[in-house]
Amino acid sequence: MPKRKALMQRYAQLLIPLLSLLAVIVINLIVNPAFFTLALRVNNAGNSVFAGNIISILDNGSELAILAIGMTLVTAATGGQDISVGANIAIAGGVVLRVLCGNEAAPASLHAPIIVAFLACCAVAMLFGAFNGMLVSVFKIQPMIATLILYTAGRSIGYWVGGGQIAKISDPFFSYFGGFIPGVPIPTPIIITIACIAAIVLALRFTTLRLYTQSVGINEKSARLNGLNPLWIKFLTFLIIGVCVAISGFIKVSRMSTVNYSSIAQDIEMDAILAVAIGGNALGGGKFSIGGSILGAYTIQALMVTLYSMPGVTSESIRFYKALVIILLVSISSPVVKNGVSKIRMLRKKDIAREVV
Amino acid sequence: MKETVLEMRNISKEFPGVKALQNVSFTLREGEIHALMGENGAGKSTLIKVLTGVYSMDSGQICLSGKPIKIKSPQDAQAFGISTVYQEVTLCPNLTVAENMFIGRGKYSFVKWAEMNRKAKMLLDNLGIPAKPAQQLASCSLGVQQMVAIARAVDMDCKALILDEPTSSLDEQEVVKLFSLMRDLRSRGVGIVFVTHFLEQVYEVCDKITVLRSGEFVGEYSVEELPRLDLIAKMMGKELSSLSEISEAASMVHESESDFVYEAKNLSGSNGTKPFDFSIRRGEVNGFTGLLGSGRSESVRTIFGADKALSGDIRVGGKPARIAKPFDAMKARIGYLPEDRKRDGIIADLSVRDNIIMALQVMRGAFRPFSKQEAEDFATEYIELLGIKTASADAPVGSLSGGNQQKVILARWLLTHPDYLILDEPTRGIDIGTKVEIQKLVLRLASEGMAITFISSEIEEMLRVCSRMIVMRDRNVVGELTGSELTQDKIMRTIAGGAANAQA
Amino acid sequence: MPKLRFGKGGQPLTDSNLLLVITVSIFAAMYIISMIAFGGGFLNPQQFLNLFNENASLIVLACGLSIVMVTAGIDISVGGVTALVTVCCAVHLQGQGGNVPASLILALAIGVAFGLIQGLLVAYLDVQPFIITLAGMFLARGAATMVEVNPITVTHAGFAALRKIEIRIPGIGYYAKNGNFINSKIELGVIIALIVLIAVFAMFKWTRFGRNLYAIGGNSQSALMLGINIKRTKFFAYLLCGGLAGLGGFIYLLHTGSGAVTQATGTEMKAIAASIIGGFLLSGGVGNILGTLFGVISLVTINNIVVSMGLKGPWWQGITTGAMLCFFIVLQSIIMSRRNGGKAVRPIWMRKSREIGS
Repeated sequence: MPKRKALMQRYAQLLIPLLSLLAVIVINLIVNPAFFTLALRVNNAGNSVFAGNIISILDNGSELAILAIGMTLVTAATGGQDISVGANIAIAGGVVLRVLCGNEAAPASLHAPIIVAFLACCAVAMLFGAFNGMLVSVFKIQPMIATLILYTAGRSIGYWVGGGQIAKISDPFFSYFGGFIPGVPIPTPIIITIACIAAIVLALRFTTLRLYTQSVGINEKSARLNGLNPLWIKFLTFLIIGVCVAISGFIKVSRMSTVNYSSIAQDIEMDAILAVAIGGNALGGGKFSIGGSILGAYTIQALMVTLYSMPGVTSESIRFYKALVIILLVSISSPVVKNGVSKIRMLRKKDIAREVV
Repeated sequence: MKETVLEMRNISKEFPGVKALQNVSFTLREGEIHALMGENGAGKSTLIKVLTGVYSMDSGQICLSGKPIKIKSPQDAQAFGISTVYQEVTLCPNLTVAENMFIGRGKYSFVKWAEMNRKAKMLLDNLGIPAKPAQQLASCSLGVQQMVAIARAVDMDCKALILDEPTSSLDEQEVVKLFSLMRDLRSRGVGIVFVTHFLEQVYEVCDKITVLRSGEFVGEYSVEELPRLDLIAKMMGKELSSLSEISEAASMVHESESDFVYEAKNLSGSNGTKPFDFSIRRGEVNGFTGLLGSGRSESVRTIFGADKALSGDIRVGGKPARIAKPFDAMKARIGYLPEDRKRDGIIADLSVRDNIIMALQVMRGAFRPFSKQEAEDFATEYIELLGIKTASADAPVGSLSGGNQQKVILARWLLTHPDYLILDEPTRGIDIGTKVEIQKLVLRLASEGMAITFISSEIEEMLRVCSRMIVMRDRNVVGELTGSELTQDKIMRTIAGGAANAQA
Repeated sequence: MPKLRFGKGGQPLTDSNLLLVITVSIFAAMYIISMIAFGGGFLNPQQFLNLFNENASLIVLACGLSIVMVTAGIDISVGGVTALVTVCCAVHLQGQGGNVPASLILALAIGVAFGLIQGLLVAYLDVQPFIITLAGMFLARGAATMVEVNPITVTHAGFAALRKIEIRIPGIGYYAKNGNFINSKIELGVIIALIVLIAVFAMFKWTRFGRNLYAIGGNSQSALMLGINIKRTKFFAYLLCGGLAGLGGFIYLLHTGSGAVTQATGTEMKAIAASIIGGFLLSGGVGNILGTLFGVISLVTINNIVVSMGLKGPWWQGITTGAMLCFFIVLQSIIMSRRNGGKAVRPIWMRKSREIGS
């Protein structure tokens, strides 16, 4: 019995994201029973690939899901959020373009192997992650303020790094990462996301990442007295989110084969934070559930796709509905409401107890 | 006979598993300074919290000037004229001194700075508080901040003023100033409840003493009729005498010619610990004693590397070692159970299991996590060994009682099998039964060869466990007592010898 | 850290005033050096006044943000509210029977409505302000598109007349190329912004509400013990911020003359940045509203300097703004940690519940 209770407690955190995802699915099925049909279609490149709303949700939610992983760790260890991920994606994109295109706007052939571009983009994103991490750990600046700096400057830095021009990559191989690999019917971003999730699952399984980040997030002083270096662990989470930024930035650039510095991954930081919150993670740090955050990310994406499919919802007004859902979710999971509910429950239990007596 | 201001009758309060207060009574009269004394866990703070409306009492009655009152919140208490000044100053550091004295009081919509500053200046001058009205509170010393809080309370016509350990973070001079303020208030007819750990201070400033022990009322005495040693006896009680036999066995060990586990020469710390020499042998239990704030906790924090060491040659197991951070100490097989369990010890939201394996896991390294099964085995073993009462190893440690949390941290360090274990206040705030268990465990571990430093604010307890005591005062080591010197009287004298010097 | 001793009566400056002094001196130094190094536009009083003309609405928005930031809160919705206000007012003015007073009331009502909902949720439901005002931002921009997707230029006669109002400042001006002396001008929006600034300054300094805001930001637990109604005070802070966002939106429309969903993109972060540069700490309780004004004009001045230095790339503005923000944030962090003995402080809504409880 107590074991089951503990299990329940562990998964209670996933209740809200699961329920909201379920709600989205049910609403869709009611409105349009064919919403989740999966079809094999032949795309422009002549591949036969899967298509349908589910694929579209999983595909387009990839960047968000990958970022949610990093955001969860940063939140857990520092009790704050990185609001510069969108801007850092612009920088990462700039690096990719610069490495692949040099100073040409539309090169006939790539200037460097794609793997070099990816590694460079990783290195630069981690460098900027390290910058944020240093401000947070060494200078003890609140994460939101520390990352406000890059939030402000990042897109401009990206533009500058990209050579001040919006280059376009026409190499077909490059577009595989954001599209399809010939012969594979599943969009590559989904595969990359699965790889990222596998990587973090392995990291959590074979290292003490979870224990350390949670300890630092819950009680930094105590963690230090157990031999941990809280500064280094906070710094590390910013490096990890740097890698997440690099990967999702790479996918984004590949999707569009170019970078629009002012609009690429716009508001994605807000969505990533939201995914963490919907995943039932406390934004004040401490215990975390990466699964929850990833579910949260796909919930957001599913919500977007659903809203798009509703009559009268345009790509512009979608934010309005999204906001309504957020307000609803946040309100029902607010401490006051939660306490209120548990109080009512307690009262009921007492009443039952009295009746029994 | 002075008029009674405040009377608490037969107050009882129970927390899950602990009877914090049982039929406690307390009477405060006009113009008296009344000390509320008791060791840690005696129920002082619970009583104060009941009085200030933080806790609700289970039964009992509180009367103010003879009329029964119901206090439901700190605001209620304030409205009745019961003001509290806590050890941690509850003012706003970013506002000015004058604002802190007047904000949130009365009905007004606009701040009249000139008038407020004038009133504040009058009050500060009147009470002899060395602060300027327009000064930002954060720029005042802690002592002055506390006095400002008192000034606010006094200006609000408080009838009863509760000072909850106001002196523990103050230096000598600030204490002197605070006392003259307290005497001044007494002469104006204010009744003051003074909660403190410092015996000296009680005899210096108080008129009456009420002693609590284990949540029970021991008695009310006037200061003249209760000499120091009697007070200590009343506070500590004699229930634990059953342990004295074991103590004899323990003191045998250190006489043997065993190896030094840890040696430090000229060790000093950034936390203010003055240079001292210290060494400990296998199987020895020693203690650091002294009043709260004497540096006993700071010195062991320096040993463990929790606070930075400024100087010192350290040898571990005879070889030179460098301990710059806790991890270095852990590698040198030193364990440390910190004084403040909530702040430095437990990681509240994590499970009992994770809390137990924490230190060993860190020593093992980030890339070799314990498997679920291994962790579970360790947890089960130590939960059984120490008798930790928890729903399961999965329960968050924050949900356990204080004593069990303490055992979890103890388990954490025992699991690392240290050669040298530092226990700072391992028995604070836990019930008598657990206390005895922990003391017995300490002696058993020592007999198995572990070196242990044991710190407690209860001297009696230390006498039972330790075979050597290092006495500290003002962050200096002022004496070392062994063998037949280990008596309460001798220790008191060594500590008190310092008090006399400091005043001269 | 030497104590600066030029406060009243030889006391060290309060944190708020210390940061204000730093901000003002850095701005002054920046401007004077530019005047010497670049001359030209920097010597023209009109360019200085344009700092205000161009940013009147930002000043108002930043004032609102300063109010919530001093309670250790945040409001990200102000930019979105601005956009929504410009669209709604433009639609109203271009429609049948549109008139200026009604549009002003509409602007304020929209702002207050946002402030009301956000304030209720933050103060009484204990929801994290970051998340809820983020939702507010989405809500506002989304709603704006539902009102009208396409940009609208306001041609309403009354409003156009209002836009044309300029105040010429006698005695200050410059000589045009033909030798005529042209008096410098400020727009109506600047007058409103300055009135708001003075009102907020007075509120912070002399009203009970204003001081309560500081007390809550300083230490909310203490503020409660001192008898301050934390929830109500917080609620009104968000309400006021919302109202000012509405007013800021109206001024924005006055300046640009067109309502569009894309108006005021990123303005919320500019307003936050201005407040931070002005000396408001996100941890609350510290800041002087005059600093916010200097924060706003510093942000713009740095851009003018970039242009004068001949750095043509459109990216330089963002980079220098970020660099300046970085400089101020690190500087403040060092100063405040020296003052507080190395303690890092988190805003209330980021602290864990038990941290607040104990």
